[in-house]
Amino acid sequence: MKKSRFDSRRISQRTAFTFLALAAVISITPVIFIIIYTITKGAGAITWDFITQFPSQAGKAGGILPAIIGTFYLMFGTLLFSLPVGVLAGIYLTEYARDNWLTRLINLAIVNLAGVPSIVFGLFGLSVFVLAFHFGLSLLAASLTLAAQALAMVITTSREAILAVPREYREGSLAIGVTRWQTVRNIVLPQAMPGIITGAVLAISRAAGETAPILVVGAAFLLPGLPHSPLDQFMALPYHLYTVAAHVPNMPETTMWGVALVLLIVVLSFDVLAAAIRIKTRQRKT
Amino acid sequence: MIATTLALTTCTGGTTLTNGGSGLSGSFKIIGSNTVTPLSSIWAEEFMNDNPGVSISVSGPGSGVGIAALIDGTTDICQASRLIRSSEIEQAQANGVDPYEIQVATDALSVVVNPANPVSELTIAQLSGIYTNQITNWKEVGGTDTPIVAIARDTNSGTHVFFKEHVVQMAGLATADKTLEYGNKVLQLPSTEEGVSQVAGNPNAIFYAGLGYVNDEVKTIAVKRTADDAGVQPSVATALDGSYPVARPLVYYTDGMPQGVIKDYIDYCLSATGQEEVVAIGFVPLAH
Amino acid sequence: MRQENTAPTAAGISRLGLGRRLRLGERVIEGWILLAGLLAIIVLLGIVFILVKEGLPIFAHTPPWEFLFGTSWYPVSDPPTFGIAPFFVATLMITLIATAVAVPIGVACAAYLSEVAPRRVSEAAKPVIELLAGIPSVMMGFIGLALLSPFVQSLFNLNTGLCGLTAAIMLSMMSLPIIVSVSEDALRAVPQEFKEASYALGATKWETVWHVCIPSALSGIAAAVMLGVGRAIGETMTVLMVAGGALAVPVSPTDPMTTMTAAIASGIGNAVRGGLQYQAVFAVGLILFILTLAVNIIAERVLERQKRKFAR
Repeated sequence: MKKSRFDSRRISQRTAFTFLALAAVISITPVIFIIIYTITKGAGAITWDFITQFPSQAGKAGGILPAIIGTFYLMFGTLLFSLPVGVLAGIYLTEYARDNWLTRLINLAIVNLAGVPSIVFGLFGLSVFVLAFHFGLSLLAASLTLAAQALAMVITTSREAILAVPREYREGSLAIGVTRWQTVRNIVLPQAMPGIITGAVLAISRAAGETAPILVVGAAFLLPGLPHSPLDQFMALPYHLYTVAAHVPNMPETTMWGVALVLLIVVLSFDVLAAAIRIKTRQRKT
Repeated sequence: MIATTLALTTCTGGTTLTNGGSGLSGSFKIIGSNTVTPLSSIWAEEFMNDNPGVSISVSGPGSGVGIAALIDGTTDICQASRLIRSSEIEQAQANGVDPYEIQVATDALSVVVNPANPVSELTIAQLSGIYTNQITNWKEVGGTDTPIVAIARDTNSGTHVFFKEHVVQMAGLATADKTLEYGNKVLQLPSTEEGVSQVAGNPNAIFYAGLGYVNDEVKTIAVKRTADDAGVQPSVATALDGSYPVARPLVYYTDGMPQGVIKDYIDYCLSATGQEEVVAIGFVPLAH
Repeated sequence: MRQENTAPTAAGISRLGLGRRLRLGERVIEGWILLAGLLAIIVLLGIVFILVKEGLPIFAHTPPWEFLFGTSWYPVSDPPTFGIAPFFVATLMITLIATAVAVPIGVACAAYLSEVAPRRVSEAAKPVIELLAGIPSVMMGFIGLALLSPFVQSLFNLNTGLCGLTAAIMLSMMSLPIIVSVSEDALRAVPQEFKEASYALGATKWETVWHVCIPSALSGIAAAVMLGVGRAIGETMTVLMVAGGALAVPVSPTDPMTTMTAAIASGIGNAVRGGLQYQAVFAVGLILFILTLAVNIIAERVLERQKRKFAR
C-alpha cells in the first residue's frame, strides 16, 4: 500500500513536470516562430539594392538605406549621451555614495525611470529637447530622448558590473597610495568593462527598436539624403516599418516583411552580441 | 547611386530659399496628410531629380499634424486632405502664421467594403447612421443579417475630419447636423493601409480611404447624395465633374504666398507633368 | 583624512606640487561624478515637471472628476471633450489579461528552468527567452495584425480581431521574459538547506518545488509579476496597431478598445503646442506615469523584502 501511494505521487510529479516543461516550450516558441516567419516572408526582399539604395516610389521601390543608417546614427547618439554619464553615475553609486537618504532616493529614481513608458519619454523629449531647447524635430532631439530612456539601464548594469569587481583589487590599490579616482580609472573600470559593455549593447539594441518616442520627436518618412547634421530629421527602421506597413497604398507584402527582417536582424544581433559577451565573461571568471 | 545621391543633397537643415545661379537650391519640409504623402513623395523625388540642388523631406503623420506644424512654424509646406478650419486659422494668425491655400489635386474619398458584401450603394444619411452607430446591422441597409464593423481613421487624419463633416454631419444636406460625432464603437485606426486590409479580410467591415488606396481586394460603394439621387461610384471622372458627392480637395498650405524654391516646387506640382503623376498614383488631377 | 599622493612614476617631480594638482583634479572629477550620480533624479524630476507643467492646465478646462471618469474623448470637436475613462478601463483590462496569461506560464517556466531542467538546457533556454523581450514592439504589432488577429477573430467568432484580447496576448509575450527571468532568480535564491530538509522528510522533487521553493520565492515572484505588469501598462505601438481603437468604454476583452498609451500616441500628433488637446494628452501621460510609478514602487519594495529574507 505504501508503494502505491508513492507511485501516485510519482505520477503526479511526472504530470506536473510535464506541464512545467510545456510552459518552457511555450515560452521559447514565440521568438523562434517569429524569427522564422519573418525570414520566410521577408527574405525575398533582401537584395543588395534593398540595403544600399534610397527608397523611391513612396517606398514601394528602391531600398531602405537611409532608414538603416538613421537607425545606426540613433544608436550612436544614444550611446554617446547615455554611456559616459551612465557609467559615471554607476561609479558614483558604488564608489563614492554613502548609505544615506540621497543614495536611496537616487536608487528609487533609477528604478522608476526604468519603468517609465516609452511614449512618456516621447512627450518628455518633445517638450524639452524639441521645443524648450529648440533642437526641433531632429536626430539630436531623438538621440537625447532615447538616451534618457537608456540611462536607467546603463546605470544599473554599470553599477552591477563595478560591484562585481572584488574588493581586494580596490583595497590593494588604495593601500599603495593610489587615489580613489585613479583606482577606479585604472583598476576597477577595466575589470568592469565587459559588464558595462553588455549593458551598453543592450541599451542601444532597445534604442534601435523604439518607435513611439521617435514618432513624436523627429522621424520622417522620406528624406532626400542622409542627415548631415544632428539637427536634421532622419529616417529610422522601426518608424519606416510602421509607415510602410501603415501608410502607403498597396505596398507589396514582401517589402514590408523585408523591412521587418532588417530591423529584426539589427536588433537581435546586438542582443546576441550582449549575450555572448556575458557568457564569455562568466567563463573567464569561473 | 549612393555617392551621387549624397552629392546631390545640400547641407542645410532648415529652409533656405535661394536661387543659386544656374540651378535651384534650397531645402524644405512637407509635413501632414498620409493620403497626400505618396503624391508628395513622388513629386519631391521628380523635382529633386530635375533640380539636384534641392532637398525636400516628406512626412505623413496626418493632416492634423501638418496643420499643427504649420501653426507652430515647424514646417514649410503642410499637406492636407481636408481644409483648414477657421479656428485653426485664428490660432495660426495668433502665432504670426498666415496660412495660404493651394489645391494640388482632388480625391474621390471612397467608401469601401468587402467584395463579398452584397450592398453596393448607400446614401449619405445611411453612411452617417452607420458611423454614428445608429445603424448596426447590414440588413438595415439592404445587406445580409450581419453586424456592421465600422472602421475609421484616427483624429490625426484629415480624412477622419473631412468624412465627419461631410458624411457623418451631412454638411450641405437638409439633414445636416453639426452635433453628430463618430459613434464610440467605431474602430479608429492609425493607418489607412490597415483599414483597407481589414476590409479586404472581413466581410462585415466598412471603411473610407482616398481613391489611390483602393485596390482589387476591396469594393467601392456608389454613394447617393439623397435617396432620390443615383448612386455614383468614385472615380477620376466623377470627382472631376462633381457628380461624386464626397470629392475633396487635396491641398498644400504655406505661411504666406510661396516664394523661391518652394514656389518653383509647387509650380511643378501644378504643371501638366506634375499632374500626370497624380493620375499615375490613382488620385484625381486638377480640372483644367 | 589625507591620502598619500605618491604616483609610481613620481621621480623627479616635487611631491608637494604634484600632490596639490592631483588633489584638485581629483576634486573636479569627483564633482562630475556626483553630478552624474544625480542625473537619474534630475531626469526623473524633469519628466514629472514636464508632465505636470504641460498637463495640469487641462484641469482648468475639464475638472479632474470629469477628466478621469468622463467617457467622451472628442479632442477635435467643437467644443472638445476630454474624458479618459475608456482608456483607463482598456489599459486595466488588457494589462490584467496579459498578466493572467503570462504569470502562470512564466512562473512555471522559471520553475522548470531552475529546478527541473538539466543545466545545459536552462543555459540554452534563457537567452532564447530573453530574445523575445528584444523584439521591437512595432514588429510585435505587425505580427499581431498579420497572424494573431485573424485567428482570434475566427476562434471567438468576433466581428473583428482587432480587440483587447489580441493586444493582451501579444503583450503577454512581451512581459513573459522578464517574469521568467526574475522568478528564476528568486527560485534559485532559495537556500539549498530548505530543499534538502524537504527531501530529508521524504518529499518528491515536485512536492518540494510546490510546497517549499515557490512559497519561499513568492516575494521575488511577486516582484517579477509587478515588473511584467509595468511592461504591459507602458506598451504603446503594439496596442496602437491591434487593439482596435474604439472610443467606447470596453465591456469585454473582445471589444475593440484604446489604451492610455495609444490615446497619447494618436493624440499628440495633431495637437498644437500648448493647445487644449496638447494639455489633455500630457495629462493622460501624467496619469499613466503615476500608475507605472505606483507599480514600480510596489515591485521594488517587494524585491527588497525578498533580498533581505535570505540575506546572510
